[in-house]
Amino acid sequence: MRDLKHSAITAAWFMFLTLPIMVIHVNTIEKTIAWRWENMAYVGAGAFVLSYVWRFLMRRRDGGGFRSLSPGAAGRGRLLRAAIEDRRISYPAAAAFAALVIAFPFLFSLYQVNIMISALIYVMLGLGLNIVVGLAGLLDLGFVAFYAIGAYAYALLNLHFGLGFWVVLPMAACLGAFAGILLGFPVLRLRGDYLAIVTLGFGEIIRLVLENWGTFTQGPSGISNIPRPGFFGMEFGLRGSIVFMYYVVIALVLLTIVVVSRLKYSRVGRAWMALREDEIACQAMGIDKTKTKLMAFSLGATWAAMAGVVFAAKTSFINPASFTFLESAMILSIVVLGGMGSTVGVILGAFILILLPEYLRAFAEYRMIVFGAVMVLFMVFRPQGLIRDRRLRRKFRPTELRGDADGDSGGATDKAAGMKAAGAHG
Amino acid sequence: MEYFFEIFFDGLTRGSIYALIALGYTMVYGIIQLINFAHGEIYMIGAFTALIVSGVLGALGLPGYAILLMTLPVAVIYASAYGYTIEKIAYKPLRNAPRLSPLISAIGMSIFLQNYVLLAQTPDFLPFPSLLPPLDVVDRFHGVLSSSEVIIVVTAALVMAGLTAFIKFTRMGKAMRATAQSPRMAMLVGINVDQVISLTFIIGSALAAVGGVLIASHVGQINFYIGFLAGIKAFTAAVLGGIGSIPGAMLGGLVLGWTESFATGYVSSDYEDVFAFALLVLILIFRPAGILGKPAIQKV
Amino acid sequence: MADIDPVLDVRDLTKYFGGLRAVESVSLEIMPGEIVALIGPNGAGKTTLFNCITGLYMLTAGEVALTARGQRKRLNGLKPNQVTELGMARTFQNIRLFPNMTVLENVMIGRHCRTRSSVFGAIFRPPATRREEQEVVDLSYGLLQEVGLAGLVDETANNLPYGAQRRLEIARAMATDPVLLLLDEPAAGMNPAETSELQALIRRLREKHGLSILLIEHDMKLVMSLSDRVCVMEHGSRIALGTPEEVSQDPRVIKAYLGEEADA
Ligand SMILES: Nc1ncnc2c1ncn2[C@@H]1O[C@H](COP(=O)(O)OP(=O)(O)O)[C@@H](O)[C@H]1O
Ligand SMILES: [Mg+2]
Repeated sequence: MRDLKHSAITAAWFMFLTLPIMVIHVNTIEKTIAWRWENMAYVGAGAFVLSYVWRFLMRRRDGGGFRSLSPGAAGRGRLLRAAIEDRRISYPAAAAFAALVIAFPFLFSLYQVNIMISALIYVMLGLGLNIVVGLAGLLDLGFVAFYAIGAYAYALLNLHFGLGFWVVLPMAACLGAFAGILLGFPVLRLRGDYLAIVTLGFGEIIRLVLENWGTFTQGPSGISNIPRPGFFGMEFGLRGSIVFMYYVVIALVLLTIVVVSRLKYSRVGRAWMALREDEIACQAMGIDKTKTKLMAFSLGATWAAMAGVVFAAKTSFINPASFTFLESAMILSIVVLGGMGSTVGVILGAFILILLPEYLRAFAEYRMIVFGAVMVLFMVFRPQGLIRDRRLRRKFRPTELRGDADGDSGGATDKAAGMKAAGAHG
Repeated sequence: MEYFFEIFFDGLTRGSIYALIALGYTMVYGIIQLINFAHGEIYMIGAFTALIVSGVLGALGLPGYAILLMTLPVAVIYASAYGYTIEKIAYKPLRNAPRLSPLISAIGMSIFLQNYVLLAQTPDFLPFPSLLPPLDVVDRFHGVLSSSEVIIVVTAALVMAGLTAFIKFTRMGKAMRATAQSPRMAMLVGINVDQVISLTFIIGSALAAVGGVLIASHVGQINFYIGFLAGIKAFTAAVLGGIGSIPGAMLGGLVLGWTESFATGYVSSDYEDVFAFALLVLILIFRPAGILGKPAIQKV
Repeated sequence: MADIDPVLDVRDLTKYFGGLRAVESVSLEIMPGEIVALIGPNGAGKTTLFNCITGLYMLTAGEVALTARGQRKRLNGLKPNQVTELGMARTFQNIRLFPNMTVLENVMIGRHCRTRSSVFGAIFRPPATRREEQEVVDLSYGLLQEVGLAGLVDETANNLPYGAQRRLEIARAMATDPVLLLLDEPAAGMNPAETSELQALIRRLREKHGLSILLIEHDMKLVMSLSDRVCVMEHGSRIALGTPEEVSQDPRVIKAYLGEEADA
């Protein structure tokens, strides 16, 4: 009963709130006014239902704490995990998935392949930003600046010097890293929220410069006829070049995944996470804060710049409008949705946020509003994202038995660690 | 010389608007240490509400001054209602979350509101009626300053004086200052901190709406995206003056307004927005405490 | 004594926060292998002294020097991580673990300043990096065994009970290979059984690693039985320094501190 009253009040409040903007539409030229009362009914009904959902989620969140899922969900999670860890299931599944990835361009139309390339570029961007935001906890709202630097580096170097994709890719990576250090150095001393705003400022400055420095960047009209990557001088047709592009991007994404996951479980990655958790304790443990942050920032920038080169090659046309703040926000929401720090999560996030609007055309115009809502709702109800970042379980030997064998293999230690893990969870 | 004064008054006008919006940032930051990224959107929603209300009233055939007198309060009420609601949805549940969570939530809210207006209204620029009446006295200085500039500066000054008085002398104003000093202490002495926070959002949003209506009617057009730039610039003003400081926000607004006007007037108009962003970056790097702010000390 | 340098040499250390004199001209020497307790009522400036010594705060005035591995180094103006690298480690009064990392990872972070592999090593994993990584894991595990947390290595730190968190902080600090360990209220919130376990642990660490220890503590029983010398602070100043017996008979100390304790 109280719930009912509460929901009714909420519905009334939102109907009031959205009255001018959703109901009234003034046509300023013809001086006519359209009253869209049906919208008010939708808002009322929607708010009524959503207020129940909100309270339910809120109660669950505050009651059980952030981490406890309902027992059923936890069970499902464990089952999935067991399936992943069982090689009889995971190996064939991985093989089937790999086959699908390889065969994709031959199973689907060129249009689909193009969309997939876009999504994969966002996977690269998301994983790059994940280093900065997810692992090191530095909120970078100007990530798109490095993306733009990569894209323009390719476009301009190709335009003026005729340099090809494969030459520019490593150059752009270095340029991105360098730009990351250059921009990062003065700003990384700042506190988290100031850092966010300053990076946003930098991002906008770069875009405005691209727009206004016409003699260098060709201004708002952009640069066209950017070639796709070649392969030892081989000529592809249109279809061939797009398919080749697809494989190039797949390779780059794989490279990104390998590099990012290796970084994550390394000495450097641990330092990033520690920095994210507690800066002061981190310094007291002997970690150089500035150097560690700078490393994260410039590695993230490296990836953005490489993605930029790929983007320029894919679209064969770039202009400053592709590098607005909204692009940064989109990449950020991929990371937030997927789960900060989690590689699988970010890949999933990129696919959901990029592919869903492509395939559900009706949904496409609601894309940005959904991004916004996702960011708010995930922060409130599921700050860990779709996939919670999982901690690696380590294998160890008593100090006396220290040897030089590879820690990743070796049956005995594996078993011991397995037992440990089971013990900790049982 | 005439050119100089023209630019001077242009800067003063911009500065007053930036100051009005910057107050919302600074008050919220002073109390919950959050950069309310969606504040620019409140300003935009204020302007849109004004456009819609004045359109409806105009269609009813009301005279100009009646439209102005009714439009401004409605815009202010709506903006405040939005500010209040946003706090309840996007920030209040995150009071005890890690520091970046509410900021990300705020960015999400900002994107949400922009697209809400885009979808429900239009992505295009709309002409905004000039609600501000012409003043004969001023029109003699034609070319140097306009009557809408005078109205904007005077209104902004009055509103800010009112705010200062409110914070200095009323019970609620005292509670706000106490909460800004230390929310826990304020709670212990019986101040309803939730209420103070809500009030802060309401007042900040109201000021932004006043700014939104004034500037929209001065410039003559609006769209869903005006809040982004105005928001960043007002935030720059707040940081410039020293975030958390109310006189700082006013000072910062004016400094930013003049910087922009003189830079575009005498250097280059292509890079108008670059000046504001560059100023923001420089200030945060070299003097993050701003002109009037105190450097923050972190306790261990 | 004269020819042995003190491990820690604090001279006239002063720290003001605006008008507040948190620490006023405090001097203190800690000899190799010594356990010194720092006591005093709340707000006396003990934690501030720690923060100044470890480089978290800039000093208003004074000198701090650390002698580690035969070398004397001035600490003034160094960053906290540089101080740690020279051989000083600390724990925090209000526990500052890395809450979402595992127990083992928390300790591994402590090894950061004693290991070298960087981005290149992380990406290509050459044998040197893998060996280093395995050594870090083994050594950290060993430390966890020492503090009695070996069974909880894979738990996330914020899931540990309070006493275990305090011990984890000690293990993490030990991972940096310190010559001097600073403990800020290590027994706070522990029950008597845990406290006596902690006492044994601190002794063991000193014997095994040849440590010097400076600890802030309110538990008088622990202080009296554990420390070689006791330093008493009040209102930012040092009001007494000596063996536990000397200090407990000092009239100023009895008046300022022990008297209140005894009444309570
Ligand atoms: N960062 C700081 N800024 C301002 N005052 C501080 C800061 N840190 C400590 N103080 C003040 O210094 C005094 C000593 O505090 P502290 O060293 O924490 O005492 P103790 O550890 O002996 O209980 C207290 O009055 C405290 O409020
Ligand atoms: Mg203390």
